Amino acid sequence: MSKRLLIKNGHIIDPANGIDKQADLWIEDGKVVAIGGYNGIADQTIDASGKIVCPGLIDMHVHLREPGQEWKEDIESGSRAAVAGGVTSMCCMPNTGPHIDHAGIALQVINRARQVGLCNVHPIGAVTKNLDGRELTEMRELTRAGCVAFSDDGAPIWHAGVMRKALEYSATFGYMVIQHAEEKELTKGGCINEGWISTQLGVKGMPVEGEDSMISRDIMLARRAKARYHVAHISSQRGVQMVREAKAEGLKVTTEAAPHHFALTEEEVLGFNVDAKMSPPLRTEADRLAVIEGLRDGTIEVIATDHAPHHEDDKRCGLSCAAFGIVGLETMLPVSLDLVRGGVLSMSDLIAKMSCNPAKLLGLNSGTLSIGAEADVCIFDENATWTVDREKMVSKGKNTPWHGKQMTGEVTHTIKAGRVVFENGTIC
Amino acid sequence: MSEIIFDSRAVNQALDVMAEKIAADEVYIVGIQRGGAEVADALQHRLQKTAAVIHRGNLDISFYRDDLDTIGPNPEVRCSELPFDLTDKQIYLVDDVLYTGRTIRAALGEIFDYGRPASVKLVVLVDRGGHQLPIAADIVGLLHHAGDDQSVKLMTDPDGWYIERRQVK
Amino acid sequence: MEALKHLFGIADLSKEQIEHLVNLGDSFIDINRRPIKKAPTLRGKTIINLFFENSTRTRTSFELAGKRLSADVINISASTSATSKGESLLDTGQTLAAMQPHVLVIRHSLAGTCEFLAEHLEHTAIVNAGDGAHEHPTQILTDLLTLKQAWGSPEGKTMTIVGDISHSRVARSHLLAAKKLGYHMRVVAPKTLLPSEVERYGCEVYHNFDEALPGSDVVYMLRIQTERLTDACAFPSIREYHEAYGLNAKRLKAAGEDCIVMHPGPMNRGVEISSDVADSLKSHILNQVEHGVAVRMAVLATLCGGHPEEKPVSKKKSSDEVKQAQGSLL
Repeated sequence: MSKRLLIKNGHIIDPANGIDKQADLWIEDGKVVAIGGYNGIADQTIDASGKIVCPGLIDMHVHLREPGQEWKEDIESGSRAAVAGGVTSMCCMPNTGPHIDHAGIALQVINRARQVGLCNVHPIGAVTKNLDGRELTEMRELTRAGCVAFSDDGAPIWHAGVMRKALEYSATFGYMVIQHAEEKELTKGGCINEGWISTQLGVKGMPVEGEDSMISRDIMLARRAKARYHVAHISSQRGVQMVREAKAEGLKVTTEAAPHHFALTEEEVLGFNVDAKMSPPLRTEADRLAVIEGLRDGTIEVIATDHAPHHEDDKRCGLSCAAFGIVGLETMLPVSLDLVRGGVLSMSDLIAKMSCNPAKLLGLNSGTLSIGAEADVCIFDENATWTVDREKMVSKGKNTPWHGKQMTGEVTHTIKAGRVVFENGTIC
Repeated sequence: MSEIIFDSRAVNQALDVMAEKIAADEVYIVGIQRGGAEVADALQHRLQKTAAVIHRGNLDISFYRDDLDTIGPNPEVRCSELPFDLTDKQIYLVDDVLYTGRTIRAALGEIFDYGRPASVKLVVLVDRGGHQLPIAADIVGLLHHAGDDQSVKLMTDPDGWYIERRQVK
Repeated sequence: MEALKHLFGIADLSKEQIEHLVNLGDSFIDINRRPIKKAPTLRGKTIINLFFENSTRTRTSFELAGKRLSADVINISASTSATSKGESLLDTGQTLAAMQPHVLVIRHSLAGTCEFLAEHLEHTAIVNAGDGAHEHPTQILTDLLTLKQAWGSPEGKTMTIVGDISHSRVARSHLLAAKKLGYHMRVVAPKTLLPSEVERYGCEVYHNFDEALPGSDVVYMLRIQTERLTDACAFPSIREYHEAYGLNAKRLKAAGEDCIVMHPGPMNRGVEISSDVADSLKSHILNQVEHGVAVRMAVLATLCGGHPEEKPVSKKKSSDEVKQAQGSLL
């Protein structure tokens, strides 16, 4: 028996198809069947008056911690956090234990996500075995298993020779390499951005040159290899400029920004705030504005959270000892909506950066509301306000810098393949 | 509400009598900051006329009180100065008003941290009664029985010193 | 004047609070010079010195300060590595706090340790005895008392601080204190030992020691840790460092007759300072040590007293009431 779901009277925004209008959305058998008129009777109707109806969001940079660190997060809790944030597809980084550096682990992650059945999980395969920056992984095998790109994320590929080979090999088969750009010899021992704040707090800083020098080197190597190179969570002014110039030159260089890097600055760390510690660190106002400008002019095509859940014990030990990273899935949309409210992006452009843009980079068939596409939908009220309470977060990780802060914009429904998986605060 | 219980004439007379009782060839006088130190100065001034050798010291007993709570908000801690060795000496310990005896107890404690005097005589300008400890003055200038709801203070005006009694609460 | 609950750093103190602590310290100097070095001020108070870094003078100074004021003082030396292997910093803090001390004096190699612990140990007063490269407030109060004795007031004077500014909590605390009390700071170091944007403290930055000396009222030498040679490539050799940044009597002449010399200790003779300066009349280094005890007495007395309603009390309500009842009996 076919099941029909009608989402009535919403403002439908589907950037991939240039749709931006008030209409009904019809879903049947888990697929989008019509936008506008449709001849049928709905089994279930959602009234989306005054709300925006868009493709389910895609977060191409998350850490799900499974296998290996399930006390921080697991695929189930991560999936629940995702749908609570309107996210229906996400890419998980390979720094699990064991690492996603062979097909077995990739398959295990994908199967576990299917069992949970809330959110697509596409693994990012490791570039090098054990993430140790020496030997390349079997990228073809990993791709067959379902990996959609390659990265050593938290362990940047520091060896220029290995990076060159990684770019050349992946370019041979059209794969994309994602680099967490950080020259660790420059950032060793650091815990926040190096500058006036780190000087005042007396903690070792991570100079912005650590990020910039690696982006610079990688772009040169990508030019020679004609490779697809993607800068993860870009945070620096000069980094954005280098990507802009590489794009202008016609290189296949892309990048993403995390909400905290365009919403917050290093000032957040004053008072030794461990929930404002991540890598790359929050930087200066000039850097923040440069990231916003990069989002505006299209240099940065993707917004991704770098969702990095940690256990309380890993954070509750003082700034210098605390683990790097913050959770982001549940606050991604409201924080990003500030870009629309601030006139930086149109609503459609913003949604594109969290749906069809990453889908295109990664070759996913999600991220649109095209007729016949799998019905992954996010419905949100852009004006509703709510207050972040770390105790009420769905993720196991409670490490958010927005605890106690008011958010404007609330996801009311998340639909995965035609099934309502999140409705008004409840995961179904 | 306050009233003058001893005027400057009475105070001066009392000081004269006290100085006479203390007079000797060599005198060791220690005043308790701040009122006691002023009384000690007045006694020293009188004794100098008799050409005695006078050794003067002052004690600030802030660090010896049994209520530490006064130190925090009281930034005006004055130095204790005992510029002589008091071992085996007869010490005149001077305060302005003797009330509960707690200040004297603290001052005795401090004196013994400096050395071991042969004896300590307590000299007060006014004994106002209300002692809470077995402490009595050896030389008393003026005697007055004030109630526990009254305060007795050494005051000063252009004519000199006087003693005031004030109703508290 | 606002009551002090903890002493984390100079950053949190007002000018009045700094001056109060220095003046109170001044009045404690006397007790330390008496034959019987004891006052009953802190009788019945418990102070725990929790030192995660090696320190002889600061720990001894706090210990003497507490003991001379009749407090019960416990010293605990916990090496950071041992703590990281087993018990967490927080567990150590909570365990000690459960024993109901009035004050926890903490030294740790990580910046922000005191703030972090205070957040989780609500009822114990915490004194920072040095946290990483962040702050060392009691050292600065000590120095200010030394300057008070030398000059009366530091206002309008120029302090030239030389050495590893980058890793120095003493330098940072002085840079903060200078702004509040109105003395000028010159920092002198090679670029490898200067923290980012240090000029934003409002100090003058020199790389040439000899140029910084004329007009200096006090030259403050910092200890150079030879580990910086290998760990951080900060300078090529002791010899070259001493030649460029070491203080000796000949070099000091450029600063003028009245210039005094300070050092927080322990000194590396022949590295950052020569004996002909360290042992000269211009050196106030031993005065600093003496004043350190007095100032720490002032800090402990201030944190233990003065504000009955904010005094550390037990977490549990029942024992809280018991304590208050006992307090009123006293």
